[in-house]
Amino acid sequence: MAFFLETLLGGLMSGMLYSLVALGFVLIFKASGVFNFAQGAMVLFAALAMARFSEWIPAWLGMDNLFMANVLAFAVSVAIMFVVAWLIERLALRYLVNQEGATLLMATLGIAYVLDGFGQTIFGSDIYKIDVGMPKEPVMMLESVFEGGILINKEDFIAALIAALLVISLSVFFQKTATGRALRAVAADHQAAQSIGIPLGRIWVIVWCVAGITALVAGIIWGSKLGVQFSLTTIALRALPVVILGGLTSVPGAIIGGLIIGVGEKLSEVYLGPYVGGGIEIWFAYMLALVFLLFRPQGLFGEKIIDRV
Amino acid sequence: MSGRKIGEVILDLKNISLSFGGVKALQDISFNVLEHEVRAIIGHNGAGKSSMLNVINGVYRPQQGDIILRGKHHTNMDSYGAANAGLARTFQNIALFKGMSVLDNIMTGRNLKMKANMLQQAVWFGAAQREELEHRAKVEEIIDFLEIQHIRKTPVGRLPYGLQKRVDLARALAMEPQILLLDEPMAGMNVEEKQDMCRFILDVNDQFGTTVVLIEHDMGVVMDISDRVVVLDYGKKIGDGTPDEVRANPDVISAYLGASH
Amino acid sequence: MFYRENGQFKTSYKADQQVFAIPQDRWAILALVVFAFVGIPLLVDEYLFRAILVPFLILSLAALGVNILVGYCGQITLGAGASMAVGAYAAYNFLIRVDGMPALAAILLGGLVAAAAGIVFGAPSLRVRGLYLAVATLAAQFFWDWAFLRIKWFTNNSSSGSVSVADINLLGWTINSPTDKYLFCLGILVAFSLMAKNLVRGNMGRQWMAIRDMDVAATVIGIRPMYAKLTAFAVSSFYLGVAGALWGMVNLGSWEPAAFSIDRSLQLLFMVIIGGMGAISGSFFGAAFIVILPIFLNQMLPLVGSLFGLEVSIALVSHVEFIIFGSLIVFFLIVEPHGIARLWATGREKLRLWPFPH
Ligand SMILES: Nc1ncnc2c1ncn2[C@@H]1O[C@H](COP(=O)(O)OP(=O)(O)OP(=O)(O)O)[C@@H](O)[C@H]1O
Ligand SMILES: [Mg+2]
Repeated sequence: MAFFLETLLGGLMSGMLYSLVALGFVLIFKASGVFNFAQGAMVLFAALAMARFSEWIPAWLGMDNLFMANVLAFAVSVAIMFVVAWLIERLALRYLVNQEGATLLMATLGIAYVLDGFGQTIFGSDIYKIDVGMPKEPVMMLESVFEGGILINKEDFIAALIAALLVISLSVFFQKTATGRALRAVAADHQAAQSIGIPLGRIWVIVWCVAGITALVAGIIWGSKLGVQFSLTTIALRALPVVILGGLTSVPGAIIGGLIIGVGEKLSEVYLGPYVGGGIEIWFAYMLALVFLLFRPQGLFGEKIIDRV
Repeated sequence: MSGRKIGEVILDLKNISLSFGGVKALQDISFNVLEHEVRAIIGHNGAGKSSMLNVINGVYRPQQGDIILRGKHHTNMDSYGAANAGLARTFQNIALFKGMSVLDNIMTGRNLKMKANMLQQAVWFGAAQREELEHRAKVEEIIDFLEIQHIRKTPVGRLPYGLQKRVDLARALAMEPQILLLDEPMAGMNVEEKQDMCRFILDVNDQFGTTVVLIEHDMGVVMDISDRVVVLDYGKKIGDGTPDEVRANPDVISAYLGASH
Repeated sequence: MFYRENGQFKTSYKADQQVFAIPQDRWAILALVVFAFVGIPLLVDEYLFRAILVPFLILSLAALGVNILVGYCGQITLGAGASMAVGAYAAYNFLIRVDGMPALAAILLGGLVAAAAGIVFGAPSLRVRGLYLAVATLAAQFFWDWAFLRIKWFTNNSSSGSVSVADINLLGWTINSPTDKYLFCLGILVAFSLMAKNLVRGNMGRQWMAIRDMDVAATVIGIRPMYAKLTAFAVSSFYLGVAGALWGMVNLGSWEPAAFSIDRSLQLLFMVIIGGMGAISGSFFGAAFIVILPIFLNQMLPLVGSLFGLEVSIALVSHVEFIIFGSLIVFFLIVEPHGIARLWATGREKLRLWPFPH
């Protein structure tokens, strides 16, 4: 029982991070109809920027305050992600307005390649460290309830907390602020939003900026855990089934989908994995999403659309 | 009209209701279509006309109602079944295959009649080649009939609107349908193009005996070419009869007058 | 002789429906094929065969497969590499498990198994569309990646899924020199290209394109989406499976699952975008481009670097490659969604009218 709970909690915590990345997908898809395959590349790019600047800035300024270095590096990385968002809108997206979803998806594949290439050219392609002072040691919990208690990884716990905070604040931003309302208007109907004077281009830049921030946070969390390296890009691939499960246009879908996939992955790996040779978590999530799709092609919370002719 | 003789009921629609979420697009609509006639559906924007055609050939599934085609019940009509049963249609917002040439677009209409299997097609031998030539000949007849020889090889995306509508009709005709459903075939055309289109529709009806169900906004045209007219208003049927009867129907008059100011 | 269409009137539909309706084109293609079979083996050295020509031929075949699915039927796939893997490992198993199995038969059977797998993983396309489908094809990619790594039976109990085959044999002809490999692959590619062309210009191809362009209208004229999509998946996977078998058994000789990873899938998709979606010739242009560009950059960048006194590392070359590929994808999607094939066609059109453009 304790072991099951431990697995479950582990799943929920990593699921929260998936939710965060999935939210990046959903925001961009809602606002611009773009299925952003470059999300993974953005995670890597942002994490590389963070890792390298937190190393370079102290060297340049000759200081050795880790906290200040991280704050400065974070600020610079945010700025860089904003520039990236602006460039993407400027150089690619604005020429692809009203193209089909598949075309846009392929364009973001191209963008992903460019980001991967640039990121590694500028920042290098070794494995880098991000040290934001995450605690590494595990803690025991609920010792009074179960014999031996359950082991919780503090780092995962804090990461999940940060992700949850970000997800909540983004949802609030989306619901309550004027920009958020404009975003939702664009999501509901591009042309109508444009005709009442909402500048489409600016909205797009904003959502890409927001996606950039989610990528940065995800990159920092994962990067501090696993090191900043090329394999970070696969995190977005891990989050894709989440988006599919939750429905491409639904914020709650992204959150709940993330938790379901996180838990499903962990449970399947622990309870099913040993029988089939392990390593099944990545395709298991996809299969789960796929089976789901067959019954609800629009995902958990997506809207069902009947084509007009 | 000339040689054709109006026959029995070929298509009978009973108590059709269709809604999208909260929008009731069709409410308890019943009417029938006689063999060889030209039947028009009129009504204001959003009245449910296109939805009606979509129900007839299985693009939309009504929540309620019965479709009886030549005496056979089709409560669950699907598009493929409709095509197989001899229904063809054109679309309000032209739905041509925009990456293909005019010729290929029309050739797709022959699809149901082509039987060569994939292997034969891959080696382009025997049945495959023979079939392709046979159907090409048939398609050329339609091309001649609609006077679009000069644009045969043009990608449809490059054609002006009026010609695209004609290709849409050609594709439907290539199916050699018994019932032809036309969704605003003359919308957005100039007078001359409209006249041509009217002539084509009447010729099809006359020469091949094809039953025509047609949606049109131009009252002059409707009254001219149709045998009977159904009037829809906000998803309800408010009139049904010959052009003269419909013109005299007080509900229709008030609906049309009511909306015009 | 001038490159002209004028004055050549077709006297029958048959003549009009030929693969290359203009005689000059027909002769040019024929000459090209003859040259490829006879001329190139006389002129080219081993390095060129190994580094460029054989990979080019096999990747062209794979790109044809992707093009049928993505370019003609409009079903985007990110799992093309998985089909290649299925083809390669299936062919391998036929070869080692069935006594006296001819290599060519094993390769074709590998293609058939890939086709069957393609149908299974293509089935979601009946329910889900567009972007959702793209993700579904990723499921296939990750599943097969895993299966060939972990299920030992598939790889004859070898560790980490790496397998190898001896030189293969065709009716007594042992295919071991680069020239042999080249000729073998060329023969297969020519036959498969012709079949692909036949399929796409006939009823099958029209059904695919109809589904791609406007699926509702396609069903209304009696095209069954299920049949059209699944045949596209099957044919595409068959081509990919054969290409995978060739890639493993002829080009590499020994391989592991990583040879057919998601990177391969993306590479194939890029070939088709850059080469030309919905054009058979686009598959060749795309494959040529993807094979040649890295080699070109490897040679050029260090030279350019040395002009400015810079050291260009191998890593940098590969990063620049990423940037160039990525930019080109975006560029082509924006400027010429039909890729190099369309640029080529436009150029030819101009030539046809030259020197009187109107
Ligand atoms: N696929 C759909 N999804 C949601 N609502 C729909 C759909 N198709 C039609 N409707 C709604 O059903 C109602 C009837 O639409 P329909 O297209 O049948 O009208 P119409 O009479 O053809 O109008 P028009 O003259 O403008 O073509 C409208 O309110 C429309 O918004
Ligand atoms: Mg309508």
